[in-house]
Amino acid sequence: MAGIVSPGFFGRRREPGPPLPPGQYLERGFPVLSAGPTPRVNLDTWEFRIVNESGDKRAWDWAQFRALPAADITVDLHCVTKWSKLATAWRGVSLDTLLDGIETRAEYALALSYGGYTTNLPLSALVDGKAWLAFAYDGADLTPEHGGPVRLLVPHLYLWKSAKWVRGIDLRLREERGFWEQLGYHNDGDPWLEQRYSAD
Amino acid sequence: MARAAVLGGLSWRVATLVAFRDENAAVRTLVFSIPGWPGHEAGQHVDVRLTAPDGYSTQRSYSIASAVDGDLVELTIEKLPDGEVSPYLSHVLTIGDRIEIRGPIGGWFVWEPSVQSPVLLVGGGSGVVPLMSMVRTRTRAGSRVPFRLLYSVRDPDAVLYGAELAALQHDDPSIEVHYAFTRVAPAAATRPSGRIDAAFLAEFGFAAVLAPAVFVCGSSGFVETVADLLVALGHDAGRVKTERFGPTGTR
Repeated sequence: MAGIVSPGFFGRRREPGPPLPPGQYLERGFPVLSAGPTPRVNLDTWEFRIVNESGDKRAWDWAQFRALPAADITVDLHCVTKWSKLATAWRGVSLDTLLDGIETRAEYALALSYGGYTTNLPLSALVDGKAWLAFAYDGADLTPEHGGPVRLLVPHLYLWKSAKWVRGIDLRLREERGFWEQLGYHNDGDPWLEQRYSAD
Repeated sequence: MARAAVLGGLSWRVATLVAFRDENAAVRTLVFSIPGWPGHEAGQHVDVRLTAPDGYSTQRSYSIASAVDGDLVELTIEKLPDGEVSPYLSHVLTIGDRIEIRGPIGGWFVWEPSVQSPVLLVGGGSGVVPLMSMVRTRTRAGSRVPFRLLYSVRDPDAVLYGAELAALQHDDPSIEVHYAFTRVAPAAATRPSGRIDAAFLAEFGFAAVLAPAVFVCGSSGFVETVADLLVALGHDAGRVKTERFGPTGTR
């Protein structure tokens, strides 16, 4: 919509730096957004499991999960509520590691969280070094507010796809929409395409 | 309604400022006329886009403060000292000025008058704004669903919508408003200043056995604390809906 200009508005121009996705602004803090109370997850009973379309299940308890090879990850975050945060430092396990050896013909994934949150992604968004299960942020254990003990980290999509308190991923032949996707947010959520809401 | 509106696409609309009210020195309510506005549910928000003369533009989200009223939509904007957008909206924009708005957005933190369970609203500071939309929507619908608003606010001067809330309480015993003044309580207050704690929630909130719908809105720290206290008091986490905004920490 051209022509709606605010004459007295200048705005806060950024220093030269990497471009942000359209409609995003740079945030220095780390805002917290969640739909309900923060679940308190006990590491003694924590489990992450992947279930394929046949119902075959692979599960890791905390010790097994932490024994997997982990990597340091530095990525930019983009939240649908407009803030972006650059060069955030995480440590986590690649989804490629977790999915290795799992037989599936599924093209879709539904991430499930402690507390009941869900989000859907194409399986292709989770593989080839694009997604992790993160357990540390900025050199410390991931706090419950930010999704600890373990959250999904899929930084190439808006942050609601990076499910906090993740406890599993279901692999599906047919797509099932997650929590925000059912409530009018975009199915894919690519920040560079500004896919915020369902018809964007 | 809201979901249909969202699924039908959210186009940018021209919003013209037709009135404003200063709630206090730092907070102004802006009344926009938005032709084609599809209506909204209480608790939803909008995206606002400002564009500078050279084409630079930026977006922010703001909660809707008003109930549905034709093509009028009210936003209550707190001027943040280091804000990029809020100082312009709250202290530069004048009657007749136009900006771009799209919405309504959000289908979770919403209250519908058809739901009969009692409603517990817990707001911190400007977190009261979407809760006020729920209060006003209740009034507009002629609902007598029991409402309790627990409002944590710095001092009496920082209270938003104080006169309107007092009048509502006076006219309707099924709505109660209880203030927690965190720094300075008014001289007439029966409680000393202090934050909302478990005792406050237990005394003034609905008991968990009544299964109220609970909405908590405020800064992240406020919401985290209150939501944890409510769960500890026995409220089902699935009935406690939260919305967070405002200043954020570095972690």
